Amino acid sequence: MDPMPSREIADMTGAAALPRKNGELVFDEAWQGRIFGMTVAMSHESCFRWREFQSHLIQEIAHAEREGEGSTYYERWLHAFEQLLADKGLLDAAALAERTHEFQSGRRDDVF
Amino acid sequence: MSGSHDDHGHHHREPESVLSLRVRALESLLVEKKLVSSEAVDRIVAAYEQDIGPHNGAKVVARAWVDPAYRARLLADGTAAIEELGFGGVDLQVVENSLGVHNLVVCTLCSCYPHALIGLPPVWYKSFEYRSRAVREPRVVLREFGVDLPESTEIRIWDSSAELRYLVLPERPAGTEKLSEAELAELVTRDAMIGVAVVKPPAAAAR
Repeated sequence: MDPMPSREIADMTGAAALPRKNGELVFDEAWQGRIFGMTVAMSHESCFRWREFQSHLIQEIAHAEREGEGSTYYERWLHAFEQLLADKGLLDAAALAERTHEFQSGRRDDVF
Repeated sequence: MSGSHDDHGHHHREPESVLSLRVRALESLLVEKKLVSSEAVDRIVAAYEQDIGPHNGAKVVARAWVDPAYRARLLADGTAAIEELGFGGVDLQVVENSLGVHNLVVCTLCSCYPHALIGLPPVWYKSFEYRSRAVREPRVVLREFGVDLPESTEIRIWDSSAELRYLVLPERPAGTEKLSEAELAELVTRDAMIGVAVVKPPAAAAR
């Protein structure tokens, strides 16, 4: 069964509101969908509350705006997610850097 | 970690491929730690893509319901007719449900599906069970989906391929004469456009 979308996530407002076109969610690149899905999945598994992530996202967006960064919504989402996982002790920055390098160098090639 | 607030600005504008690699690395680590499963991520993305807002296919159906000339063009040449509404990238044949005829779409070979119109395919669409049984015993499969057709109704099965995708034009429900095109589009579900559901009138469709 497909999970029912949560209104708490779908109806976020203000700067955190999900990008849409004609009411539909827009993922310009596949990775944007993956990061969205991972975040929602982990909140379903109670790794964190949705509003904890939302407040990280709002902070990240505010920071990027203040710094005048041209980053996209989902880049900011990614950084907020990484930060939240680090805060929770669920992600080791060095391990992520190492794993990213493995993908970059082609030593690893799992497709999701 | 990269993107920490101590770094100086502008580095956030990373090339897409780097971001994509980083997200793959992240998913790989989280899957390894059993914090997420890739299947759950698939299902969530699909659910949000298809549930939220009227999707492209629903707009096509609603237009066909309110505009008989558009409906005729859609049935004659689906590919050209969806391009009129700004959707494309797929060779499409639209098949119309009517009194006594019900259409059902399947891809027996793999999971060919008109993504541009109705998002990502649901998990069951890709299952071997659906792919085989939809052809062998469509009436039973439809009943399991809650569509109980009279014996006299002819069921037509459309087998999608990489070259040609199918979309079901469901019957417009009774009692919707006063609804606008946008309101009609909200009634149209993904399942109805695959043919495993019928479109319900507004009262019945209300959550």
